Amino acid sequence: MNRKKVIEKIAQIIFLVCAVIAILAVCSITVYMFWKGTSALSKVGVPELLFGTVWKPTAAEPQYGIAYIILASIVGTGLAVAAGVPIGLLTAVFLSEIADKRLSGIVSGAVELLAAIPSVIYGLIGMMILNPLMYKLEKMIFAGSKTHQFTGGANLLSAIIVLAIMILPTVISVSTSSLKAVTQSLRSASLALGATKIQTIFKVVIPAAKSGILTGIVLGIGRALGEAMAINMVAGGSVNIPLPFNSVRTLTTQIVSEMGYAEGIHRQVLFTVGLVLYIFIMIINFMLLRVRKRGTAND
Amino acid sequence: MKKKFLAGMMVTGLMAMSLTGCGNSQTTAAPQANATTDNNAAADNNTSADNNAAADSNASAEAGSEDKAEAEVKETTGENLSGTLTLAGSTSMEKLCEALSESFMEAYPDITVTVEYTGSGAGLESLTAGSVDIGNSSRHLKDSEVEKGAVENVVAIDGIAVIANKDNSVTNVSSEDLAKIYKGEVTNWSELGGTDEAIVVIGREAGSGTRDAFEELLEVSDACNYAQELDSTGAVLAKTASTPGAIGYVSLDVVDDTVIALSLDDVAPTEENILAGDYLLSRPFVMATNGELSAQSDLVKTWFEYINSEEGKNVISSIGLILPQ
Repeated sequence: MNRKKVIEKIAQIIFLVCAVIAILAVCSITVYMFWKGTSALSKVGVPELLFGTVWKPTAAEPQYGIAYIILASIVGTGLAVAAGVPIGLLTAVFLSEIADKRLSGIVSGAVELLAAIPSVIYGLIGMMILNPLMYKLEKMIFAGSKTHQFTGGANLLSAIIVLAIMILPTVISVSTSSLKAVTQSLRSASLALGATKIQTIFKVVIPAAKSGILTGIVLGIGRALGEAMAINMVAGGSVNIPLPFNSVRTLTTQIVSEMGYAEGIHRQVLFTVGLVLYIFIMIINFMLLRVRKRGTAND
Repeated sequence: MKKKFLAGMMVTGLMAMSLTGCGNSQTTAAPQANATTDNNAAADNNTSADNNAAADSNASAEAGSEDKAEAEVKETTGENLSGTLTLAGSTSMEKLCEALSESFMEAYPDITVTVEYTGSGAGLESLTAGSVDIGNSSRHLKDSEVEKGAVENVVAIDGIAVIANKDNSVTNVSSEDLAKIYKGEVTNWSELGGTDEAIVVIGREAGSGTRDAFEELLEVSDACNYAQELDSTGAVLAKTASTPGAIGYVSLDVVDDTVIALSLDDVAPTEENILAGDYLLSRPFVMATNGELSAQSDLVKTWFEYINSEEGKNVISSIGLILPQ
């Protein structure tokens, strides 16, 4: 009896320690990011840093404006989600409502494979195939332009396309499972009332699976916002206004590309960039929690 | 049960706090650690000097003490020397460090050389913090770094080559035109007598040693208008090779036949021209030490002796770098 109790106790302690490690990691990362990220804010000044548009960290009179970098992250993520979500959602509808078992097996296998491809591969393909295509397009659109700076195809648009493809698996898999979870009786009722299959899908099934689909979208936003490697390879990496054919730099690539050689305030500002990214991700996670809560409340 | 759980949580909470506390103190304690390693080195020197003096007092008390110290170093650099030598810094110096450490470890099998490529600034930071023996820098040291105790030892000279896409018909640019290209004042190759092709201006990220050196040598610091800022030498080479109309800059030794190396003011980027001082874009490769070379550990001294030996010089020139005069 006593021995059993001891074993129970030990097991409980092991579980507790494991659970605490995760909490510990999150807490220490949060503390570290705020501690490291805020030191530059007081040295550079909050408005100069967050709303300044000139990034010249190594100049004789350095300027650390990250407004365009924040904006590029927001615009890039927003447009990638705008392009990726409709495709992802319709694929999910196809998988759960329309395709027969064999076809749906093939498509969902392909989607799973898409999710497993490392981001550096997306970057490589983007660099070797997408960028040259973009450069041709750029030359056609800006032919004879004196003011446009030619970027060789490494631009925001390439980044958006790569990101849109990268978030597809997340959106598809989460949406598919929530569409499949919609009870069959709802579909039957709709069809019995005389609605067509397409009407049933758009007026009944998708609204019923709304919270799951929103979860997929929010997860996709998180993935797009946090992606660094692929963007670093296709977006050009100069700090510019985020226009489609401009070379841009996002919050993630800003850290990746400059951390190696940065020193002093430059380095501290990069931590602030990390903090801004971290705050964005936290906001997205809170959104996710709320969406999920609403979902369970509706059920 | 509940009480015990609560107690457990509190303990772990305390642990968390103390852990983050450690994080704090570590960084502030770094200079202290640095100081203690310095003291150690000094102590080592003293004892070896003492031994030296004692040994030599038998023979001749008159001999210069400096000569004795040198003799002592040469004795200790025999096969008995063992340990780990740590270097950190410039990514541009990777090829140099790999080649040197490989042949060095062949000559001294008991010594392990580890090199991290963290960037010039980061390497010098590690050096002055005392976490590495040598800080690699692909630029001259800044005043702030010298103030912290870093001492510059130039081991090689690197040329920066201006490269262009293979389809480009222009093979020579003047330094003024090059500056104009990078400032965004010249945007088409036709303005320089080439074909009608937009110039895609490729460069390195802010903080890169190559970019610092390029902009400083060309006198376009902080005035460049890059279309692409890439974070490695290889990326610049690859993008320049694959983008029509592209122009970029890389270390001279990595230039291959996928791109054209442009002449500058009619001077080709060659070793002879760089040594003669005719070629504008050249920079030093520095292996900085914390304090003067004479105050370093035997390991570090052995490393520099090796670099200055015929063998070491051969290694440096074999990878396309130029020996300092």
